[in-house]
Amino acid sequence: MESVSIGKSVSELHELLVHKDISSTELTKAYIDRIQAVDPDLQAYLTVLEDEAMAQAAEVDQKIAQGETLKPLEGIPMALKDNMCTEGIRTSCASKMLENFIPPYNATVTNRLRAAGTILLGKLNMDEFAMGSSTENSYFTKTRNPWNLECVPGGSSGGSAVAVAGDEATFTLGSDTGGSIRQPAAFCGVVGMKPTYGAVSRLGLIAFASSLDQIGPFTKTVRDNALVMNAIAGYDALDSTSVPYETPDYTKFLVNDIKGLRIGIPREYFGEGIDPDVAKGIKAGIQTLIDLGAEVAECSLPHTEYAIPAYYLIATAEASSNLARYDGVRYGYRADSNDVLGMFKKTRAEGFGQEVKRRIMLGTYALSSGYYDAYYLKAQKVRTLIKQDFDKAFEKFDVLLSPTAPTPAFKFGEKSADPLAMYLSDITTVPINLAGIPAISIPAGFVNGLPIGMQLMGKAFGEGALYRVAYTFEQNTNYHSLKPNLSGEVLTCGSR
Amino acid sequence: MVVANKYEMVCGLEVHVELQTKTKIFCSCTTEFGGEQNTHVCPVCLGMPGALPVLNREVVNYAIKAGLALNCEIAEFSKFDRKNYFYPDLSKNYQTSQFDLPICGKGGLEIEVDGEKKWIGITRAHMEEDAGKLVHSGDTITTSNESSVDYNRAGVPLLEIVSEPDMRSIPEVLAYLEKLVQILEYTEVSDCRLEQGSVRFDINVSLRPMGATTLGTRTETKNLNSFSSVRRCMEYEIARQARVLDAGEKVVQETRTWDEGQGVTLTLRSKEEAHDYRYFPEPDLAPLVIDREWVERIHKTLPELPEARRARLQVLGLSAYDAGVITQSKALSDFFDAALSSYEDAKTLANWVMGDVTRLLNTNQCSVVDSPISAAQLAELLGLIDKGTISGKIAKSVLEDMYSTGKDAGVIVKEKGLAQISDEGALLGIIDDVISANPQSAEDYRAGKDRAIGFLVGQIMKATKGQANPGLVNKLLKEKLS
Amino acid sequence: MSISREDVEYVAALARLELTEQETQEYTEQLNSILGYAAMLERLDTTDVVPTAHAVPLHNVLREDQVGSSINHEKALRNAPDGEEGFFRVPKISLT
Repeated sequence: MESVSIGKSVSELHELLVHKDISSTELTKAYIDRIQAVDPDLQAYLTVLEDEAMAQAAEVDQKIAQGETLKPLEGIPMALKDNMCTEGIRTSCASKMLENFIPPYNATVTNRLRAAGTILLGKLNMDEFAMGSSTENSYFTKTRNPWNLECVPGGSSGGSAVAVAGDEATFTLGSDTGGSIRQPAAFCGVVGMKPTYGAVSRLGLIAFASSLDQIGPFTKTVRDNALVMNAIAGYDALDSTSVPYETPDYTKFLVNDIKGLRIGIPREYFGEGIDPDVAKGIKAGIQTLIDLGAEVAECSLPHTEYAIPAYYLIATAEASSNLARYDGVRYGYRADSNDVLGMFKKTRAEGFGQEVKRRIMLGTYALSSGYYDAYYLKAQKVRTLIKQDFDKAFEKFDVLLSPTAPTPAFKFGEKSADPLAMYLSDITTVPINLAGIPAISIPAGFVNGLPIGMQLMGKAFGEGALYRVAYTFEQNTNYHSLKPNLSGEVLTCGSR
Repeated sequence: MVVANKYEMVCGLEVHVELQTKTKIFCSCTTEFGGEQNTHVCPVCLGMPGALPVLNREVVNYAIKAGLALNCEIAEFSKFDRKNYFYPDLSKNYQTSQFDLPICGKGGLEIEVDGEKKWIGITRAHMEEDAGKLVHSGDTITTSNESSVDYNRAGVPLLEIVSEPDMRSIPEVLAYLEKLVQILEYTEVSDCRLEQGSVRFDINVSLRPMGATTLGTRTETKNLNSFSSVRRCMEYEIARQARVLDAGEKVVQETRTWDEGQGVTLTLRSKEEAHDYRYFPEPDLAPLVIDREWVERIHKTLPELPEARRARLQVLGLSAYDAGVITQSKALSDFFDAALSSYEDAKTLANWVMGDVTRLLNTNQCSVVDSPISAAQLAELLGLIDKGTISGKIAKSVLEDMYSTGKDAGVIVKEKGLAQISDEGALLGIIDDVISANPQSAEDYRAGKDRAIGFLVGQIMKATKGQANPGLVNKLLKEKLS
Repeated sequence: MSISREDVEYVAALARLELTEQETQEYTEQLNSILGYAAMLERLDTTDVVPTAHAVPLHNVLREDQVGSSINHEKALRNAPDGEEGFFRVPKISLT
């Protein structure tokens, strides 16, 4: 069965289900088997929901048997990053703090995917509280890159990227605060979209930095990505930052044509720190787009270098406040102490990992008396300048293009000793979150056997233009159809 | 206030008022008081991971209404901020509040103490969420080894009203608080149930040498919930500060707590330990833009405020004192106005409302709103006196019957046959009998002893069990004897 | 601006984090290095720049004052490390 179903795209599987070539139960079982086979190596999952998934699949099969029309994602097995609340199912944020936390409610995305008829396979590993770029900060385990098991999968949504790349789920959701969808998508050779801030509800997404966090899909293909966006995007009255906006049918934008589309190449995204091989790979991709009729020109986003400090001050300040609620009173880990102050301090010291504590310290400092103006307020002003850079660029261009990450996946432990070095590698992704605009990472080649990603950035609510360029690029390249095998070699499946 | 002629007291107040919405400020849990612990809760007010707030429109409406009633400027642009501090009753360990851009700006109200009027400035008023409730296993927070938390109250909407340090005496402070609570009650933004903690007071007080122009070091005493504790607390704190200054020492700037049992204020935390609240704009909530139209819409819902009512009642002939008593509480004032709509003589009505009606309610420990006698029923009773159907004296006993039975005055008068005898024929017969039974008194009157007629009237009233129309009796008797 | 050991201890107290000696030392170094890098922001003149708090500008996002469902005792307390008789229990409350 595995050879038939595993590794196909969502749209292909939908056809198989509709034509009764396969049942949802068979499909789900095949994915469970696949998880059991490869996850001991990949470590993408924190929780596998075999019984629940099989029960859900059986319900879908009953609907098929009764001749009901299947929705595009109905019966499709998927998985969620473990920072999205699932009622009655542990949601840990990969933290000791929430090791046993069972949410009493569902995130809006959980509800929407359930309403779409998807099958929840399980919950995925991540950097603790989504803080990190390598998934090494998980309290539980290290997720490995399927293209090279000695390399990190990127982060913080490492589990979400690996589950798709390693065919452990048809699609997954991740969250992106400063690149946490796009960078692991690039490192693992899959498609990852960070939608416009406010396009997908954050209700039930365990907050890292509220003004930057956004949920988005990981998929094998651009079409799948648009299909998942159709299911999860849209106004939610329970999220005050959700934008009342009529969501388009994103698959409408999937046309193999970019003639006359204006693409800007911000020179600051090809500067110091960008691996020359990565730059070379992306430039080859740009040439492909030119050949396909795009109008490409260089441009400038002059405040780019200030984005890293601005991002880390804003994100950590918000995080220091968002994570204050983990105190051992209402839920989560609690350390013993005779008095409440001691209990708070010990609980937080023992329940949080190093990176989380470091960021709480930084954020608390940035907000503390006497430093607010110099750090937090200043960062918010710089955020305005970065937004304005993008506004100006989008007067001339429909889409901006850059490498998703400065390098391909790096080895475990390579950057964990120096937090600042790790932060600096986010230069190509954090400005997008500060501006609140959408960006997608698509497979764009390989460097030393490791995938690299091309990042396309659009105007607020301009996901459509990104899908159009991404789809056209995908239809004219074959990077997305290459699959890792777990011995580390690049194999061509040629299954298309 | 002059303390031993040496110091002048300076006081400013922060008043927290629970707004009278059906649901909490950021979630749809009920604000109902009481309820089993941790049952009026949801992921939002429990601060569950991933939960998000959505602002209750009615909270904004009430805040605008209160602001207008307190003569405050309503900000066109305001926003929420997070006030970060750890405490077990604070479910997110930050309070969503308003920091630098509150909804209500400068305002104030006029108080009157010993006939002198004074304007007390209001600095600002802002919206925020209440915290949960801590229940201590021991006697007090400091002696308990364990505490329990109930988050039912967490997220109940509050308006914090901050005054200028404009008050100089305890009577001024009490006058300000009474006036403030009265306005909040009139505008119905709060039920103002002090005993349930729906209004709480923080007192900032300092002393300075007489004649000094700079302020002394202040202390803040938090969370008082009755006027009497405010008075006692201030008396204590002023005396304490005076002793410190007299001893040549310095008052420590600190937050204190009032111990009702011992009647003392105690240190809660000093300035060095004061919180660094790390305010920053709430990223989970959008800012508020309040246009003129919105303010105008709320303005139209403002009821007549106590001051305006008082003035109106004085125009109708009430003394300033009576008008003040009637408008003291909105409930009484509303009752009065309702009766006034079917009974015109405001002065007589006021005498009854302040006299017999209030006395009856007080004796039965009944509030005006729950009064078994409606305003319309009272108006009918007074109408019966004016028409001569019953005397004022009979009316008093009818009122008592109305209270206990809930019946209309007319029904009681009829059932008990209490209507006055105004039939001249019937009265003349009785008059004749009384005159013939008391010839000496009739002689005395005729001889010029006017007082004798009083005795005869009394006898006639006695004979009619008080039902004779006294005016008519007087007239007929005089005719008979002349 | 350089961050002293005392600054780190003060911030840790604010954030309710008990730090080991080693952590205090490490965080002092790391915060200095990160904030040293952040000092580049000083180069930008932002005098007349309006700060951005929300990526997408919205205002007046309000809900109607209608009672919705609360969660029951069991759900509210299910995750409580120490819950008893419908209460969340905490050890002795120290005032500072």
